[in-house]
Amino acid sequence: MKFGVVVFPGSNCDHDTYHAIGEVLGQPVTWLWHASEDLQGVDAVILPGGFSYGDYLRTGAIARFSPVMRAVERFARGGGLVLGICNGFQILLEAGLLPGAMLRNAGLRFVCRPVYLRTETTHTPFTLAAQPGQVLRVPIAHSEGNYYCDPETLRILEREDRIVFRYATADGRVTPEANPNGSLANIAGICNEGRNVLGMMPHPERAVEPALGSSDGLVVFRSMVAALARAGIA
Amino acid sequence: MLDTEIKITADVAAQHGLSAEEFARIRQILGRDPNLTELGLFSVMWSEHCSYKSSKIHLRRLPTRGPHVLQGPGENAGVVDIGDGLAAVFKIESHNHPSFVEPFQGAATGVGGILRDIFTMGARPIAVLDSLRFGPLRAVGGGRPSPASNPQRDTSPDELARNRHILEGVVSGIAFYGNCFGVPTVGGEVQFELCYSTNPLVNVLALGIARHDELFFARARGAGNPVIYVGAKTGRDGIHGASLLASAEFSEESQAKRPNVQVGDPFLEKLLLEACLEAMRTGAIVAIQDMGAAGLTCSTCEMASRGGAGIEIELARVPQREAGMTPYEIMLSESQERMLLVAEAGREQQVLDVFAKWGLDAVVIGRVTDDGLLRVLDRGRVVAEVPAKALAEQSPVYDRLRQPPPPRTDESLLTFSTDADTDPARWTEHFCRLLAAPAVASKRWIFEQYDYMVRTNTLVGPGAGDAAVVRIKGTARALALATDGNGRWCWLDPFVGAQHAVAEAARNVACTGARPIAATNCLNFGNPEKPEIMWQFARAVEGIAVACEALGVPITGGNVSFYNETLGRPIYPTPILGVLGLLENAAHALTSGFRQAGDLIVLLDGGSQPPLHTISTEALQREFSSSLYAKTLAGVIAGTPPPVDLAAEKRLIALLVALASEGLLHSAHDLSDGGLAVAVAESCCTCEPPLGAEIQLSGPRSLPLEFALFNERGARAVVSCAEGALARVLALARQYQVTAHELGRTGGPSFRVQWNGTTVLEAPVVSLHELWSTAFERALHTG
Repeated sequence: MKFGVVVFPGSNCDHDTYHAIGEVLGQPVTWLWHASEDLQGVDAVILPGGFSYGDYLRTGAIARFSPVMRAVERFARGGGLVLGICNGFQILLEAGLLPGAMLRNAGLRFVCRPVYLRTETTHTPFTLAAQPGQVLRVPIAHSEGNYYCDPETLRILEREDRIVFRYATADGRVTPEANPNGSLANIAGICNEGRNVLGMMPHPERAVEPALGSSDGLVVFRSMVAALARAGIA
Repeated sequence: MLDTEIKITADVAAQHGLSAEEFARIRQILGRDPNLTELGLFSVMWSEHCSYKSSKIHLRRLPTRGPHVLQGPGENAGVVDIGDGLAAVFKIESHNHPSFVEPFQGAATGVGGILRDIFTMGARPIAVLDSLRFGPLRAVGGGRPSPASNPQRDTSPDELARNRHILEGVVSGIAFYGNCFGVPTVGGEVQFELCYSTNPLVNVLALGIARHDELFFARARGAGNPVIYVGAKTGRDGIHGASLLASAEFSEESQAKRPNVQVGDPFLEKLLLEACLEAMRTGAIVAIQDMGAAGLTCSTCEMASRGGAGIEIELARVPQREAGMTPYEIMLSESQERMLLVAEAGREQQVLDVFAKWGLDAVVIGRVTDDGLLRVLDRGRVVAEVPAKALAEQSPVYDRLRQPPPPRTDESLLTFSTDADTDPARWTEHFCRLLAAPAVASKRWIFEQYDYMVRTNTLVGPGAGDAAVVRIKGTARALALATDGNGRWCWLDPFVGAQHAVAEAARNVACTGARPIAATNCLNFGNPEKPEIMWQFARAVEGIAVACEALGVPITGGNVSFYNETLGRPIYPTPILGVLGLLENAAHALTSGFRQAGDLIVLLDGGSQPPLHTISTEALQREFSSSLYAKTLAGVIAGTPPPVDLAAEKRLIALLVALASEGLLHSAHDLSDGGLAVAVAESCCTCEPPLGAEIQLSGPRSLPLEFALFNERGARAVVSCAEGALARVLALARQYQVTAHELGRTGGPSFRVQWNGTTVLEAPVVSLHELWSTAFERALHTG
């Protein structure tokens, strides 16, 4: 079993993600350079947070054209596990691997704080180790995390059980007050139709050790490990 | 503008900020008249900002050696040993004038500049703190006439609006740069005083980590070694930033200097960071320095001078953003995100390949020589030739005239209430006004705009503890950092005020459980050509020296920022101290909020001063007139700062470290703005959800109640511990000769304070929490 963490110019959560997988989870992990289409035989790809190419144009807008993304798109279409965190989620939206788009936060400011997420479905390789409805304390850190899609897409996401996380209160109620950025329907993370691609704005790699205030984010990575193990990948 | 056509006279030199004597000295060094380009080189390198010509003789007074110090002042940043073969690289720097002229870019490039100083030394930046000073967000409304010597006055709506605009711009500029670069902004502090309305302070401290054997220095060596330019192209931005913006007072025309402010590109800097660290690992780099103030001029002559070498560069090879730039402009440009490095001859391609991988311009623009000269060529023609040492080290040094200000005879002191007045409603109202003061209220609105968690090392983030704590991955250790500085106190007495700044920063670090090991300082003052300012400076430096010696925290670097005046009105003398602490066991890091109900609250007091009832009311009044209470409730800024007791501070620090290392405490919070009552309330409000507390104070009946509740004497901290730990806490306190007063317990729905058995403060803790956590944003948006 091998994880790959993509490094775009401007990725800045790549080290943290690598640390979470390699040191905390103890799983093999390798860097994937943006200029190469070679995924080095990894079993799961993580697009980390950061400001790929500076994000001066529109978040993720340039990263999607990098060579590594051609390989990631093929990998995803072939059923490979792809997790996009924060900027990684934005890139997945730009690449069309997930539906919808990001707007500026409703408050028009960057927001960094721990938030609570309600696990809306455990029928994904990223949440299968979680309890249905499990509340996770995981930080956010972004200025464009206000998820938006058209009403038809939202209906499809809901009907197909593809909303994976919603912003909630500590006791798991999905309320407007618990929404830190104005996201449609409090959406914090969604998956694709094949359920093998997850995009989420919160940073699970920042919540993997009690010393950091929470280890609730581990469930995402542990689920991926379990899913790969089920698929016979050791 | 062809530099050969202009006759360089003393008048031209004066336009460049060089005095007649300085011009004569330049002619003497060169043995001829300088040309315009050479004059430009001297004007920036001999500017106050780059040369420290007015401060140098005083800075020599600062202690710079200690068991942990690997590199003191003089390099890009200070370096201290933190064990396990690792070094902490840290420094604080100001970007005040640019942040006034253009708050967003000024603050952003301030962050960029200090980050380059850190990774230039081979260290990856792991934390940033910001010490900010702004004009008031709310009209003061003390309601009493102010004497002439007291700069407190009401603030006009326009001024308030501008102060808020500056604050919002500065905060978003810091967020823009730090968040994109990927360094967590983990702490700092913010204060508000009228004097900063037209001269805000933006001091940025950065910390990096490197292995001892991977440190790099800015010393050019090896004649024939190539000099490589890396990073952004050179443009016309920022020319004379150092000499014109940073080395002169401001006037109403200062907005016209906006083109002198640089524009930051954090993405490019992030690439530079990764590429530089990777290039350093090739082993082919001899020396490296960033191009900050005075750009190409400073980096070439300083590297040559430190290495005892010369450097020759060809300007035609310098990557340029626009056509037709003169040698003068290229040499003085302060375009951001550029580095200069010296590689080993024959291995330059290895270095260039790394930069190409990261998509960065890297060009060989010259070579190291052995003639000690900075020689600048333009298409083969020599356009400047100056001894590098003359530029970098032989600026004039001034012992400027110093004169204490006349005694403040016209100031009105705060009047104490009568002994009988213990009406809890009245005192609670006063207390709430303190808790809602922008200096005290939660700064969540600010720090949530900063990514304070990236790199996943933040154990104690902004607002959570008295200092920020970041762990060092791969070790059991952590580092704590705090910045402090009370300009109001330094204005009242620079010697005492500066000692308090050191003591408070060290105390804050110790409250997290870390042992203070080193310090960095940013000295923000007015115009040094004024004898009173120079007196303030000398007294403050003396105070810092005395306190750093007493507390064992040598100064490893920093920055002097003079000319913080607009229209002749200087800021308060504002030395900002950044203290670094080492925590042997990261798991023992302490936060400032109470942890659980039923814990005991203990006041630790290192002081051995005479009992309060032996002090005359007039002396108490003088002391208390300098407090935040006096300023907030009565509009009074007068008297003297509280006496400082460095031996007491030292005892308290040692005790706090010992208590934390045994894991005895659940929280620790020092007493500062607003004194004891505010400190306890902050510990109630800082935890989620807020916890109530009930404390009993006692003292001589003659002691004014406001003094008992809100005085700001140092060497004190409020700690909490489980009941079972109390005996050991008290035993350790005795061992370290610190008085421990058991005040009460955490828990319950209220915050309640009793004075000699009578309840004097009482409020539901949820309402205090609401007030404290929303007051800052309300002040910002509604005034």
